[in-house]
Amino acid sequence: MMEKLAPNGTRLGDAAIFLPVGDTAFAIEFGTRIDPLLNAMVHRAAAVLAAEAPEGLTETVPTFRSLLVHYDPRLTSAEALQQRIEALDLGTVEVTTPTRIWHLPVLYGGEAGPDLEAVATELGLGADEVVALHADTVYRVYVQGFLPGFAYLGDLPERLDLPRLATPRVRVPAGSVAIAQRMTGVYPVESPGGWRLLGNTPLRFFNPAHTPPTLLSPGDGVRFVPVEASEHARVKAVVAQGNYVPECETRP
Amino acid sequence: MTSAAKPTLHILQPRPQTTVQDLGRFGFQALGVPSCGALDPVALRLANRLVGNAEGTAALECRLIGPSFEVQGAPVRLALAGASASIEIDMDGDTRQVPAWRAVTVPAGATVRVGALRGSGCAILAVAGGLDLPEVLGSHSTDLKGGFGGHQGRALRADDIIGVNRPPLDGPELELPSPPSLEFAGTLRVVLGPQSDAFTAEGLATFLDTPYEVSREADRMGMRLQGPALTFFRGADIVSDGIATGAIQVPGSGQPIILLADHQTIGGYAKIATVISADLPAAGRLLPGAAIRFRPVSVHEAEAARRTLEREVARLIGSMAPVREAASIDERALFSANLISGVVTALDAP
Repeated sequence: MMEKLAPNGTRLGDAAIFLPVGDTAFAIEFGTRIDPLLNAMVHRAAAVLAAEAPEGLTETVPTFRSLLVHYDPRLTSAEALQQRIEALDLGTVEVTTPTRIWHLPVLYGGEAGPDLEAVATELGLGADEVVALHADTVYRVYVQGFLPGFAYLGDLPERLDLPRLATPRVRVPAGSVAIAQRMTGVYPVESPGGWRLLGNTPLRFFNPAHTPPTLLSPGDGVRFVPVEASEHARVKAVVAQGNYVPECETRP
Repeated sequence: MTSAAKPTLHILQPRPQTTVQDLGRFGFQALGVPSCGALDPVALRLANRLVGNAEGTAALECRLIGPSFEVQGAPVRLALAGASASIEIDMDGDTRQVPAWRAVTVPAGATVRVGALRGSGCAILAVAGGLDLPEVLGSHSTDLKGGFGGHQGRALRADDIIGVNRPPLDGPELELPSPPSLEFAGTLRVVLGPQSDAFTAEGLATFLDTPYEVSREADRMGMRLQGPALTFFRGADIVSDGIATGAIQVPGSGQPIILLADHQTIGGYAKIATVISADLPAAGRLLPGAAIRFRPVSVHEAEAARRTLEREVARLIGSMAPVREAASIDERALFSANLISGVVTALDAP
C-alpha cells in the first residue's frame, strides 16, 4: 500500500481499510509500518473525526499506522459509522518537523540507567558514545499508549538499534529512560517493562489533575539533556512540589 | 444514628482484591489511559438498581472472596450481584444472612462480611447513594497501574475508611425474583480479526475447534489461556495498534490472552479475534480451570446480540420488586435475639 503513496503529501481516503475489532470498535488501517507519513494520516483522521463527532462514536485511539475507532453499539453500527467516515473528506497530510521541542533532563548510567554499560558493550561503543547518540537526536512523539503518559518517541539512531530484553523486568522504576528497536521513551509510573534502561528523568508525564493530563502531545519533539546527579536531584525536588516547568524550545 | 451523620465503611479485611469500579473511564485512551471499569458490567448495573442508584454508580468489585467491613455513622443499604454469595451481617451478637440479588439495609455498628463467591470470579457490592470519592477524568474506576481513581488509586486495604453519600433509605428494599444464571455455557462468541490473517489456516482452525482452559494467570488486565499453541503465518509481532476490551492477543508462545477492562490501550501482538460485548460479562466472571470454546460471529450478529442483552437487562430491572420475605427474616432475627440459639441452628440445618 505504501508503495502507491507519494513520499510526502497524500490523500487519506485512498489508503485506508477498515478492520473488524468486535462490536464496539473497528480499526482504520493506513499501513503496517512505522512511518511519519502514516502516523500523520492517523492523527489527521483522529482530528477530523473528533470535529465531526458522528453519532455513536465514543473515542479514537491513534497508533503508529492505524486509528482505533470505539463506538457504542447501542447508538450506531459499524456499518453505519464506516459509511459515514467514508463519506468524509479527510483532506491531505504531509510530514512536518516538530515545532515544539521539550528538553528533558536525564541522569544517564549507574542505578538510573542499569543497562547503559551492557548496551554499549553489545553495540561496540563507549557508554559516553551511547549517551551522545541518544541525547543528540530530536525525537518525534508518534503516539501515546501502554501506560498513561507513555510516549513512543522515534526514530532512535540506527546505531542504537537493539531488540527488547529477552526477559522483561518485573519492575521498571518511574522516570526510566529506555530504548528498544528504533524507539525510545520514558516509563511514567513503575511498571513491568522489556526496554533497555539508559537513564532516569525526574519529570512527571501524566497528571490527571492537569488539562491536558499529559506533558507531551503527538507531533511534539523531545530532546534528552544529560545532567549530573545533583541537577537530577534538584529538578526532582522541584517536580515534587509541582512547580517544575520543563524547558521547551520553539522552532519555526 | 442521627440522619445528619454520614455513613462510612471501615474496611476490616479487603480480601484478595476489592477495588472501586464503575462502567469505565472513556475519552482518554489516546493518552494511554485504559478504560478500566467493572469486569462484569451487567452485575454492576443490576446491583446499583437494587439499591436505587443510577446504573453506572461506582461500587465495590470483589474478586474470589468478598471483603468485610464495619458500617459506622449511619445505616447503609447494600446489594451484592454477579455471584452466588451471602452477605453476613453481625449486629449485637446476632448474624443475619442475606443472599445475593437482594438489597438489605444495614444499621450503623454492624459488621458486614461477603463470603466466598460462587459461580463467578468477581461480584459487585453496590451501596445506596454511591461512594463519596472524587471523580478522576470522568470516572470513579480504580486505575491500578496508573495509580489514580477509586480509593487512592489502589485496591482497598485493612483500615481504609470509605465514605458513603447519604442516601434516602425510606423506599422498599428491592430484590431480583429470578436472577440471571451465572452458569458458563462454555462458549464465548468472537468476531475474528483484526489480525486473524497473521495466523495459519491450521492456527485459525485450532482456535475455533479446540477448548482452551483459563489459567491461574488472570487479573483485571487479562486472562491467559492454555491449550494447543496457535501457529503464525508471519510471526506474533505487529507494529503496535489499538486494543479493545475483549481482544484476544496471541504472543509468540501461541497461547491466547483475553484482554479485560484494565488492558493497555495499544499493543504489539497479533490479535486473532475479539470477544463480543454481549459475552464480556461472562468472560469477566470466568474462573481458573474453566474450559472455553470460541464461536465466530459476524459484526452484525454481535451487534444484535448486544441489543438482546440490553433488552434482557431492562427486563431484569423491570422485574425488581420489594423483598417479600422481609417479615420472616425479621422473625428469624427475633428468634435469634430472644430465644435459645438452637433455633437458629435448626433453621440453618439442611
